[in-house]
Amino acid sequence: MKDRKYLKSHEWIKPDGHVGISDFAQKELGDIVFVELPEVGRSVNKGDSLGMIESVKASSEFYSPVSGKVATINDSLTATPELVNQQPYENGWLVQITPSNPAEMNELLDYDTYAALAEAGGH
Amino acid sequence: MAYIPLTASDREQMLRKIGVASVDELFSDIPEDLRLKSFDWLPPSDERETLSILKGLAEANRAAAEAPCFLGAGAYDHYIPAAVDAICSRSEFYTAYTPYQPEVSQGTLQAIFEFQSLICALTGLAVSNASMYDGPSALGEAVLIASSYTKKQKVLYAESLSPVYLAVVRTYLESGSIELIPVKTARDGRVDPSDLSSKLSADTACLVLQNPNFFGVIEDGAALKKILGPTMLVVCADPNSLGLLAPPGSYGASICVGDCQPLGLPMSFGGPYAGYLAVSNDLMRKLPGRIVGRTVDCDGKTGFVLTLQTREQHIKREKATSNICSNQALCALRSTIYICLLGKTGLKNVSCACLDKAHRMAEAACKNKGFSLRYTSPFYKEFVLDCPSNAAKLAEEVFNRFGILAGVPLSRFNPQDSNGLLISVTEKRTGDEIVGLSAALAQVAGGLK
Amino acid sequence: MKEKLIFDYTRPGKTGVLCSGPAGSPERHLPADLIRKDYANLPEVSEVETVRHFTRLSQLNYGVDSGFYPLGSCTMKYNPKINEKTASLEGFAGLHPMIPDSLAQGALRLICELQEYLCRITGMQACSLQPAAGASGEFTGLLMMRRWHQVKGTAHKNEIIIPDSAHGTNPASVALTGFRVVEVKSNSQGWVDIEALKQVVNENTAGLMITNPNTLGLFDGNIRQVADIIHAAGGLVHYDGANLNAIMGKCRPFDMGFDIVHMNLHKTFSTPHGGGGPGSGPVTVTKELRDFLPGPIAARSGDSFFMDHDLKHTIGKVTGFHGNFAVMVKAYTYIRMLGSAGLKAASETAVLNANYLLKLLDQHLKRDFPQFCMHEFVLSGRELPNGVHTLDIAKRLLDYGYHAPTIYFPLIVKEAIMIEPTETESLETLDAFASTMVRICEEAAANPELLKQAPVSTPVRRLDEVNAARKPVLCA
Repeated sequence: MKDRKYLKSHEWIKPDGHVGISDFAQKELGDIVFVELPEVGRSVNKGDSLGMIESVKASSEFYSPVSGKVATINDSLTATPELVNQQPYENGWLVQITPSNPAEMNELLDYDTYAALAEAGGH
Repeated sequence: MAYIPLTASDREQMLRKIGVASVDELFSDIPEDLRLKSFDWLPPSDERETLSILKGLAEANRAAAEAPCFLGAGAYDHYIPAAVDAICSRSEFYTAYTPYQPEVSQGTLQAIFEFQSLICALTGLAVSNASMYDGPSALGEAVLIASSYTKKQKVLYAESLSPVYLAVVRTYLESGSIELIPVKTARDGRVDPSDLSSKLSADTACLVLQNPNFFGVIEDGAALKKILGPTMLVVCADPNSLGLLAPPGSYGASICVGDCQPLGLPMSFGGPYAGYLAVSNDLMRKLPGRIVGRTVDCDGKTGFVLTLQTREQHIKREKATSNICSNQALCALRSTIYICLLGKTGLKNVSCACLDKAHRMAEAACKNKGFSLRYTSPFYKEFVLDCPSNAAKLAEEVFNRFGILAGVPLSRFNPQDSNGLLISVTEKRTGDEIVGLSAALAQVAGGLK
Repeated sequence: MKEKLIFDYTRPGKTGVLCSGPAGSPERHLPADLIRKDYANLPEVSEVETVRHFTRLSQLNYGVDSGFYPLGSCTMKYNPKINEKTASLEGFAGLHPMIPDSLAQGALRLICELQEYLCRITGMQACSLQPAAGASGEFTGLLMMRRWHQVKGTAHKNEIIIPDSAHGTNPASVALTGFRVVEVKSNSQGWVDIEALKQVVNENTAGLMITNPNTLGLFDGNIRQVADIIHAAGGLVHYDGANLNAIMGKCRPFDMGFDIVHMNLHKTFSTPHGGGGPGSGPVTVTKELRDFLPGPIAARSGDSFFMDHDLKHTIGKVTGFHGNFAVMVKAYTYIRMLGSAGLKAASETAVLNANYLLKLLDQHLKRDFPQFCMHEFVLSGRELPNGVHTLDIAKRLLDYGYHAPTIYFPLIVKEAIMIEPTETESLETLDAFASTMVRICEEAAANPELLKQAPVSTPVRRLDEVNAARKPVLCA
């Protein structure tokens, strides 16, 4: 998963703007039952909440790794939220952002740094 | 001591096991200066004495059993089948708590699922929750849903909404930025369509409509929805009327609320009742409170669980859709049993009987000199009778001389409205009682003039 | 042992109870477009089938009358039968809420005296019985704080402090009333961390809401200091009475420095929980806050009673009429039965029972706090062997015929197990429950599958909550 950048809060973003959550995060959340996605076209700043990911007894927000506009959302999560569990890096992506300031990508973590952080923060 | 099954030797044995000499030692975390020195203000009484005290208090009231009750305005004297009480007295129902352990709570859970299903059938909407405190608080929550879903802050409400409901809605909106805007009632007792059109704007979250409204008048929901267009319609409906009247979902309501009191709940001086709250599918995740869903267990057997719990306070805390925790489950169970006992035709018969008797009452009362119906529109089980003199005094006199509870004087809500009497007629009122009230009104009015 | 849905009993043409004769065609009175096109899709079932259906459903339930129900924080004490009888007296049950005061003197007297009793118990000076449940009482208290600050000219104060051990309703109520939640952490003793509190208090502090004893079952001995800090910042202090059952007759929220108290009649005052309600959440306050209460409140004038609507700063109504009156009748009955000495004995025995049970269990499950508990205590399943979790203990208890304790709450204790025995349980019951718990802990070591597969003896086994939430089926 070295083809993308990470946030400490477990989101990843690919160079094409696709955003999702890490395998570590989906395991922590457990069985995901619902994903609340933002409306297409919404402008966001880096760090803004994009929506909610919910398991049976927990609910967590996910955040935008960069500033920009929501270009597309993953509609298939409405019917099959379990995709986030099954394929967090592929078909379980959440939204695609068109970055307004591509330089922000450089401020994000690379995979190894993120993995080490996640490991240390985990139990 | 009552309800404490420990003997003196039990206590000693327990204190020894804990390793203290007295119970007071267990309270050692309470700072000395906070400890109460004395707490002696009420003697105990045994069960027989207590019952007699309570009987004395109960008998100091004028209950509906002794006085024909034409009072309504949100609480109604409907007949309650004996089986409702019999089933709800089963302590497996009433001594259980919220079904947090579904494996040993299937009775409560399935009953709630059936309640939700019945509310959906009556309202014509897709999703119902497990109950709210009462109709007014359910309406407060409904307005919050409408505003949060549409992200709009202006809420129109028909002036013919019950002042009891409006007061609670105002409290629910107290701390937010939602603005309540009244829409006038026309001379016929229905929402004034031109006033609605003029107040509707792009910032309007919804119209709150009571139907039948506070004055008993049945609104033309479909015509109002046409004016509203895509703007949300929130309807507050007496569920006992929905055996007969068009379901709010059929004329475009997105949210329907009301009070289950007319479905098998005693009037009990105002509570406990149960609010119901049903919404269209797209609002499902905005619903407050508990919701039961059907699923299967690990052996594939059908069962029921509390579901969509991430909406609720125990998970989402300050981001929850509401703070509600305890609801009115046992009251909702009563209504469930009531509806099932009456069934498809029985509930419609009750609705029709209310309709018919209310019209007979109105007709009889209006034959008296000086009495008239305030509104010309179709009405259900309540109507406003304009009296030839002060309605509160008239009602008081009717009770004093004839022992009949004649109706709720509208001056209770609006001091300027001195002559309006809101009369409610349920299926329980007999022909004699109807004739009796009419005659009493005539005599008293004659006398007062 | 499963019961089909009531709808599955439908046979066209059947009805249960007749409540009215045929009334003739409604079209005589109404235009057709206001009438349903079709009957509502309701069941068509006979009375006996309906009664049997719901009787079978009741048999799938577990209540306090079925057995021990140690659900922490819910005070599942015995619900005396006399309460049910008094609440259903026709003079109460048949009373219309809009009846003139003169015709409801008994009900008004009961409300007035119950207000006075609750003031005695909490030390406060005024009371409203209108809130419908605990969360409704929280909502009421917080709105009173809001209005208080408006009247005092400190409306900018918008932060409410709550401890990290609080019930979920506390932050939810804070948000619903337009305040911002500020959390303060607990210290290693389980009390509010005074230094942490001082750091979060500022000029925006509108107040604090706290349960004492707290959700760890511990009495916060610094409570007076906590209240003083909030008062010094111009805030008010709200006592969440969820755990009032520990302190009746021992100490009073007023003396601890509280301004507002809400209680749960369905916990402390023995009214049944009804499968999730109705409850009742009265609020008592200091005399300075009387005029802010939701009105009307009952009052005396010589020998007669009336509803006093004259509350200058009232927050308005929180429920339609007078609140859950029948619940008040039950609580009033309970208080009259026990008297003040009986209430004190109830609290003392609740605390005795909890400490005894704790003593029997704390060698077997982890406990974080060494002091005595009050009416309940929190253990943790985090050191259980073989990957056994708290949830498995709870489910195994069902197999042994007990209701499970509260689990995974409070959130600050990992794998929490919260046990509240209440005062109405006998020594035999406590001993039997403790030996079952010990036995389950032994099973966790020797045969963990027994716990992970549990329950096996209940009407249904562990249910698929994931699919229930992914593809919700909420109506028949």
